[in-house]
Amino acid sequence: MKSYALFLGCTIPARQPNYEISARKSLEKLGIELVDLDNMTCCAPPPLRSIDLKTSLALAAYNICLAEEADLDIVTLCTGCFESLAMTNSLLRDNMKLREEINGILSAVGKEFKGVKEVKHYLQVLVNDVGLTRLKREVLKPLDNLKVAAFSGCHLIRPSKYLKFDDPERPRIYDSLIEVLGAKSIWYRNKLRCCGGLLRGYADDIALAIARDKIVNAVSAGAECIATLCPFCFLTLDLGQMLIKSTYKEEYNLPIIHYAELLSLSLGVDPKELALEIHKIKIDKVLEKIGW
Amino acid sequence: MSTIRFMEEIRRRHGGETIALCYQCGTCTGSCPVSKTSDRYNPREIIRLALLDNRQEVLYGDAIWLCASCYNCQERCPQGVEIAEIIFTLRNLAIREGKIPKLYEEFANNLVASGRLAPISKFLEKKRAEYGLPPMKPVDIEAVNKIFSATGFLELFSRSKGEKS
Repeated sequence: MKSYALFLGCTIPARQPNYEISARKSLEKLGIELVDLDNMTCCAPPPLRSIDLKTSLALAAYNICLAEEADLDIVTLCTGCFESLAMTNSLLRDNMKLREEINGILSAVGKEFKGVKEVKHYLQVLVNDVGLTRLKREVLKPLDNLKVAAFSGCHLIRPSKYLKFDDPERPRIYDSLIEVLGAKSIWYRNKLRCCGGLLRGYADDIALAIARDKIVNAVSAGAECIATLCPFCFLTLDLGQMLIKSTYKEEYNLPIIHYAELLSLSLGVDPKELALEIHKIKIDKVLEKIGW
Repeated sequence: MSTIRFMEEIRRRHGGETIALCYQCGTCTGSCPVSKTSDRYNPREIIRLALLDNRQEVLYGDAIWLCASCYNCQERCPQGVEIAEIIFTLRNLAIREGKIPKLYEEFANNLVASGRLAPISKFLEKKRAEYGLPPMKPVDIEAVNKIFSATGFLELFSRSKGEKS
C-alpha cells in the first residue's frame, strides 16, 4: 500500500470539511494510506510570496523537510498548496545557491532541505498510483453522462516549468479522470482561465466579475456542474453565486462540486457521510441524476 | 531618486531576474484575466514603467496589487519573462517601503499568531469528530517564528505597522 503525508493546508480545514472527507474516503477506498504529520504549517502561497519571497520559500521548504524526515512523499488536496510546495521543491532541487541560502535559514530550526521527496497533487495519485483502468473498475455508480465543466484552477498546471503536471494549454489528465467516472467533460469558453479568487478581499468587484464570467461560460455550454480541485475556486464560485445574485441580480444555481466528491459518490460513498450541507448551491439535482 | 536603476534593483532580487528580457509584445496583457475585466491592471505597462525607472509610480500605485497570480502571462511569455514572479518582487519592494495593504497585514498577523493564513475556528475543530475526521495536528508556532526571525519577516512587518495603505 502506498503511503503519503497528507498536506491539508489552511482553507480546507478552516472551511471545507466536504473536501477533506471526500478526499480521505476516496483514497482510503482505493488503498492509499494517508499519514497526518505533526507541525505542518502554511504552504506559503501567493499572499505570503507577495510579502516576502524568501520567507515563503523557507516556510514551504520547512514543510517538505517534515515529510523528508518521515520518509514520505507529500500529497496535497488544495492546488494552491500543490503549487507552493511543488514549485519550492523544484526550485531548491535545481538551484544550489538558493538551496544553500534557504538551508541557512532553516538551520535556525534544525532542518535541512535535501530534495529527496516528491510533492504530488491528489489527481496525480489517482492517475499514477491507482490508474485509469483500475479506477474505472472501482466505479459502482457511474455519473450517467453528467455534463461536467472541468475546472482545475490555475495552480495545478501553471507555472508548468516548475509543476510539470500537464500540458498548460491543452491539459487532458483532469478530463480523463472525470470521464472515467462516466461523466462527460464538456468544452466551455475560457475553460483554463482563472476564477479571480485571489483578488477577493482586495478588489472584490474585479474578482466577482471574473467569477461571474466562469459561471456564465459553464452555464452557456450546458454544464450541470463545475468540478473543482481547489478550495479557493470552490469558495469563489459557490459562495460567489450568492454575491452574483445580490450584485448582478442574476441567479444561476450551478452546483460547484469538488472532484473528490464526485469520485466518492461514484465509488459508492453515501452522500450523508460527505458534509454536503457546506455547499451554498445545493447539489440535489446532481445526486438525483446519478441515482443517489 | 534611487542610486541604482530600478531595473537593476529588481533584477538582483530572487524572482526579478528576467525583467530585462521584456520586449513589450503585450502577450501578457492579452492573456490576463484581470486586464480583460478592468483597465486598472496591465502587466505589460507595469514592466515598461519599471524598465523606464518609474520606481515611485510602480511601487506606490494600486496596480501591482491587482495581479490574480494565475501565471497565464508567465506561461505564454515568448521571452521567458517570469512576470508573476516580478509582480511578487515588486510587492516585496513596496512592502519594504512600508506600503502594505491592510489585507496583507492581516495575513501576516494570522501567520505569526497561528502559522496559518486562515485560522481554524474552534467550532469547525470540534465538528471534525462528528464528521469522522482525525483531530487537527499541532503547528510548531515557535519554529515558524524562528524562521520568520531568520528571514527578517517580523522586522518587515513592524516597520510597516501603523502605515495606512
